[in-house]
Amino acid sequence: MTIRKLFTSFAVGLVFGVGLIVSGMSNPAKVLGFLDIAGRWDPSLALVMAGAIGVGLVAFRVAGQRPRALLGDAMQLPTSREITPRLIGGSLLFGVGWGLAGICPGPALVLLGMGVPQGVLFVAAMLAGMALFTFLERGKR
Amino acid sequence: MQVNFEAFTPFSALAGGVLIGLAAAAFVLLLGRIAGISGMLGGLIERAADWPLRLAFVLGLIAAPALYALLAGGLAVPEVSASPLTLVVAGLLVGVGTRYASGCTSGHGVCGLSRLSPRSLVATLTFMAAGFATVFVVRHLLG
Repeated sequence: MTIRKLFTSFAVGLVFGVGLIVSGMSNPAKVLGFLDIAGRWDPSLALVMAGAIGVGLVAFRVAGQRPRALLGDAMQLPTSREITPRLIGGSLLFGVGWGLAGICPGPALVLLGMGVPQGVLFVAAMLAGMALFTFLERGKR
Repeated sequence: MQVNFEAFTPFSALAGGVLIGLAAAAFVLLLGRIAGISGMLGGLIERAADWPLRLAFVLGLIAAPALYALLAGGLAVPEVSASPLTLVVAGLLVGVGTRYASGCTSGHGVCGLSRLSPRSLVATLTFMAAGFATVFVVRHLLG
């Protein structure tokens, strides 16, 4: 693990986080306004996805044609194509949690970085949920 | 459907989305990885061999508000209306759910859809539908 790769990862995290703040994704009220299609709907987050995917489509097309990344590591892209019950069940649980608080994992870390107490509590519960997954699944692998 | 035009922020939404896309692009082109936050955290918890790289990304996300405040000359800290109990339940569900689903809004929603992955399309449609349904129940049936 070179310093250059670590710094790159940190810098990318910074840009990602600034993008979350600029876009409004790190504001739970705005996320809930998007999820509330039966109320007064705020379509903003559809444009966040459109902007991100517009850039991503080009980047992943280029990445898919390269055996290695520019800093030397092998491309580590997921290969699984199976639609499994755990994919759907997990996404359902995640969606319910997202709809309850208006917070998903990236924005949770940004709220933590803002020093928002609710963000700290959410991140602690989220990490506990992830640890629970590891505990439940460890024996099976 | 009634659109809330006062709350609609098309330009900042698109600009922020492009920044998120550029970050995901840089991550895959430079490091060959998917910028998925739940996977990054999950790997940290499981002490994956590449944990320093994951930790560096997570620290970048946490430091982002400081950088934003520096560049923009200030930062509006959002109000979070959810109660502590709701936050704990929601956090647990998000933690367990994203690990079983192998991804969240970033890994499936941004990177997976950009890769045209059928798995990510199913995951994204599922968690969006669950999110819409949950807000409908909380705001319009219970609220």
